[in-house]
Amino acid sequence: MKHLELRGIRKEFGGVPANDGIDLSVRSGEIAALLGENGAGKTTLMNILYGLYRPDAGEILVDGRPAAIRSPKDAIRLGIGMVHQHFLLIGRHTAAENVALGLEGVPFVRPERWAARRMEEFAARYGLRVRPEAPVWLLSAGQQQRLELIKALIRGARLLILDEPTSVLTDAEADELFAVLRRMTAEGMSVIFITHKLEEVMRLSHAITVLRRGRVAGTASTAETTPEALASLMTGLEPVAPAARAQRAPGPEVLRVEGLTVAGDMGVPAVSELAFSVRSGEVLGVAGVSGNGQSELAEALTGLRRPERGSIRISGTEAAGRDCRALRALGVRHVPEERPRFGVVGDMSVAENAVLTRYHEPPFCRRGMLDAAEMRRRAESLIACYGIRPPSPEARAGTLSGGNIQKLILGREADGKPALIVAVHPTYGLDVGATEFVRERLLEKRAEGAAVLLISEDLEEVLRLSDRVAVMFEGRFLDVRENRGLDRRELMLLMGGGQPA
Amino acid sequence: MNASFGLGAETLSRSLAAATPLLLGTLGEITAERSGVLNLGVEGMMAAGAVAGFSAAHATGSPWIGLAAAIGAGAALALVHAFFSVTLKANQIVCGIALTMLGLGISGVWGRAFVGTPLACRFQAVLWSRDPVFYLAVVLTAALSWLLFRTRWGVAVRSVGENPLAADAAGLPVDRIRILCTAFGGAMAGMAGGYLSLVYIPSWIEGMTAGRGWIVIGLTIFAGWKPWKAFAGALLFGGIDVSQYLFQDHCSPNFLKMLPYAATLLALLASGRSLHGASAPPAALAVPYRKGER
Amino acid sequence: MTARSTLGALAVGLLLGSFSLGVMGADPLQALSSIFLGSFASAYGFGETVTKAIPLMLAGTGLALAFRGRLWNIGAEGQLLAGAVAATGAALSLKDLLPGFLMVPALFAAGAAGGAAWGLLAGWLKTRFQVNEVIGSLMLNYIAAEAVQYLIYGPWKGATQFGFPYTDNFCAAATLPVIAGTRVHAPTLAVALAAAGGAFWALRRMRFGFEVRALGGNPEAARYAGIDPARTALILMALSGGLAGLAGAGEAAGIHHHLTYPWAVSSGYGYSAIIVAWVAGLNPLLVVPSALFLGGILVGGDAIQTSMGLPASAISLFNGILLLSLMGGEFFARRRPQRSPSPLAGEGRDGGPGHK
Repeated sequence: MKHLELRGIRKEFGGVPANDGIDLSVRSGEIAALLGENGAGKTTLMNILYGLYRPDAGEILVDGRPAAIRSPKDAIRLGIGMVHQHFLLIGRHTAAENVALGLEGVPFVRPERWAARRMEEFAARYGLRVRPEAPVWLLSAGQQQRLELIKALIRGARLLILDEPTSVLTDAEADELFAVLRRMTAEGMSVIFITHKLEEVMRLSHAITVLRRGRVAGTASTAETTPEALASLMTGLEPVAPAARAQRAPGPEVLRVEGLTVAGDMGVPAVSELAFSVRSGEVLGVAGVSGNGQSELAEALTGLRRPERGSIRISGTEAAGRDCRALRALGVRHVPEERPRFGVVGDMSVAENAVLTRYHEPPFCRRGMLDAAEMRRRAESLIACYGIRPPSPEARAGTLSGGNIQKLILGREADGKPALIVAVHPTYGLDVGATEFVRERLLEKRAEGAAVLLISEDLEEVLRLSDRVAVMFEGRFLDVRENRGLDRRELMLLMGGGQPA
Repeated sequence: MNASFGLGAETLSRSLAAATPLLLGTLGEITAERSGVLNLGVEGMMAAGAVAGFSAAHATGSPWIGLAAAIGAGAALALVHAFFSVTLKANQIVCGIALTMLGLGISGVWGRAFVGTPLACRFQAVLWSRDPVFYLAVVLTAALSWLLFRTRWGVAVRSVGENPLAADAAGLPVDRIRILCTAFGGAMAGMAGGYLSLVYIPSWIEGMTAGRGWIVIGLTIFAGWKPWKAFAGALLFGGIDVSQYLFQDHCSPNFLKMLPYAATLLALLASGRSLHGASAPPAALAVPYRKGER
Repeated sequence: MTARSTLGALAVGLLLGSFSLGVMGADPLQALSSIFLGSFASAYGFGETVTKAIPLMLAGTGLALAFRGRLWNIGAEGQLLAGAVAATGAALSLKDLLPGFLMVPALFAAGAAGGAAWGLLAGWLKTRFQVNEVIGSLMLNYIAAEAVQYLIYGPWKGATQFGFPYTDNFCAAATLPVIAGTRVHAPTLAVALAAAGGAFWALRRMRFGFEVRALGGNPEAARYAGIDPARTALILMALSGGLAGLAGAGEAAGIHHHLTYPWAVSSGYGYSAIIVAWVAGLNPLLVVPSALFLGGILVGGDAIQTSMGLPASAISLFNGILLLSLMGGEFFARRRPQRSPSPLAGEGRDGGPGHK
């Protein structure tokens, strides 16, 4: 019997369809995997199912009956539970308090005791053990996820949506999770499992739906498919455009990293014992699913985060632990992720943002005074070279589109003779034209002799731009290879933590 | 021997009286801040409560009606703060300052008729010749501590102040809870003001709050947002307040008057912060919650 | 916030303010008109308005700078008093040591240093011990007021003041000249105008101003740009404290000619300056008209006190309402440009909007 059926779901954002006529069905007691690259529309679809977005078209049937899901409350009433990739837990509360939060039917007095008793039941039944009185911030990611599962189950979920559930788990924790999910489906519950990781899909799921660019690229029964077939479905069969890169012999080593260990925000190592090098005139592409230490690596290399251990040498100079200005002086440039958040000050002008990382140096600043004419000239030349719209140095940077903000940042960072450019998701969210433009500029800098460390989730981008490709997984590089004859399927397998075929 | 015992008892009694308004105000601010609303208007709400309490008690001859009026005045002003800072998502710091000005202004204008009028009616002492409001404050400390840490409401309030997104996702009405907590905080500040004009100095003097509202905000931090620690802190500060009279022969009164303020600074120095420690501020303090934004 | 919405909010605030005075038993129209007639319609009244605008300009400029960098210095009142104390100390101790023409510069320097030190204290508590600057600077206000009283009742009590708790009067060289027929102490006015202009220029043209605006605009981007938030906060506290200290020096040397009760040295200028800065939209140049406006309200407040029997706190009420109206106006100004979903919010990227 079909537990859930989605028919012709369509959702547009600003005229761009994120979901375009998606059909999906899940049978009772089934683990259905939803596979797809970033931007394929998986999370949009699940947010529609959970009532966070309203679809523009299409219908949802739960247990064969049409369901109107306008808010998460409706979803909960229909027995749909969701475990977000980023947990919605309150760090300073105990596990039991988190379970009791907003739950109907909890007693007024000591709700957490009641919750603790219910948690015991789930522990016994599914092996979901979390100490009720433990503060959440002391729990490991795996325990927090278990807590989210418990929360959903206590609210009566019979269909669970798990968004990238293993991205924060260790292998042992993932195994435990799978065991729990199997036990749950054995009792007739259903699971939708969103993931990148093919190996997990093969191990765990019964049926697979692959999304590509907002559409269903294919469906398969797990027993009858192979990881290679799935990777082809995910990436599409069109070949990667031939590399526009001119072949050239790389120059001397610019960046050498050894034994680099960087702590993440929670204090646990996000980058561990990393060693690699990048040479002048070379692009090293770092592929990988977000959250495997890429952000921390970029911050450590650009002086925004102090590494715990290890060495970062820029053209032979030890730079680990220096601040970002010192690194900039050594020729390190940074095209940061989350542009509007890190890369520009929205309330300042384009001219001021054009020198945001250089305002303190001549010619823009002499003896504490800014030279507005120089800043303006700089902005005008960036506007001209990079085609920034509107072409006004006085415009507030916050009013620019994402593509123009990125051109401004790239222009600012790529200017002059940078030794190393660390570019993080440089084309994320850009339209086709701006994407091409940014990629060409990066290759131009490579041709001029810069070393480029390209961190991206976009495999096509990594393959088109890189001379060598590394796959980052759980804080390490799984493999660093020459970009000759590599294909996306193979990388996709690696990104999911699997072994190369 | 007897004399020094008398002095000790007197000092304790005065300390308790000085501590009561601080405690009441701090309990209220703890509630507001636990829900994520920083209310810097406590001083104004206290002043409004003081004059409202005095005028109502003066008119009706009942200190209890006076106390109720003080509570109402504080809550009304706090609702203004809630409207601006929760509903309109305005800057809570500037908004709180505006409320302080507003409250001090209202109290001055309203209270001009009462300047120099002694209050005829008093609370009947209930136990050990103490006023009932003191005992009410003790009961409220216990009640608030219980509510915040042992009940469903407490979980809701603390959740909204820690992680409004998670609370929203769990189906809690974030803004409504914050508005209610802010109003409760204002009511407590009003009651604290009422205590000043009905019990502590039974009369109306302009500026009689004398910065106690600000000390309350310091005490809230000092207490680590916990009611029983607020009780201890208020007693300590009440004692410091009273020590002014104890040492006035030995030391300039101005230095003694500085003590509560300096003590607040020292207390804040001492309560070193960590992100997750037991006495860390609510994570979403003074951050407006906008639905649908990251 | 646009000029139009600011003016609209001010108009609404004035209406509400006078209406609330009406509720309190005064004729609102009469109150409003006597406020503005008293402060702007006569030469005397305007002179008083300018007199009160001087400290508001100085302190307001400092607060505009601090607020621009997201530093909530509420301690201008105490910093002003610290400046007055330091200037008094200089005037009394240097009167026989310094040639007369150096006296006034020395006073201002001392005032600025005193205010800056008091501001830095709050800044140090913030950057070193994470003591919230709002509470820190406020507590220092009360401490400063008590310190002033200690001085005038104690060690600095003047022998020539017939028992009043004032310090001795400043020597002639240490008193500021006034514009004839007014109490407008011209040197301080000149300093205030220069400070407002200088701050405006510094924000736009100086490296430090750039850092302040970047930090205030986007702290994360400022960190990415290599700006040190703690250092900037300390400099801002010193600057805004120093400007308030200059105001204190001006009040002591230009109005009272001695150190007197703290509430006489500053009748809440440090708090009113918060509104001055906010009305000016944190633009130091606009602090000048904004200070004149608030100065007018303070003078008008004195006028309605005498003519209508309203207490001094009526003005505090008025100011509170004004500030709230501004915040309301800001809300509606923020609302007006239609809030299309941000280009990034709608990409439907996996792991994107909708949660976290």
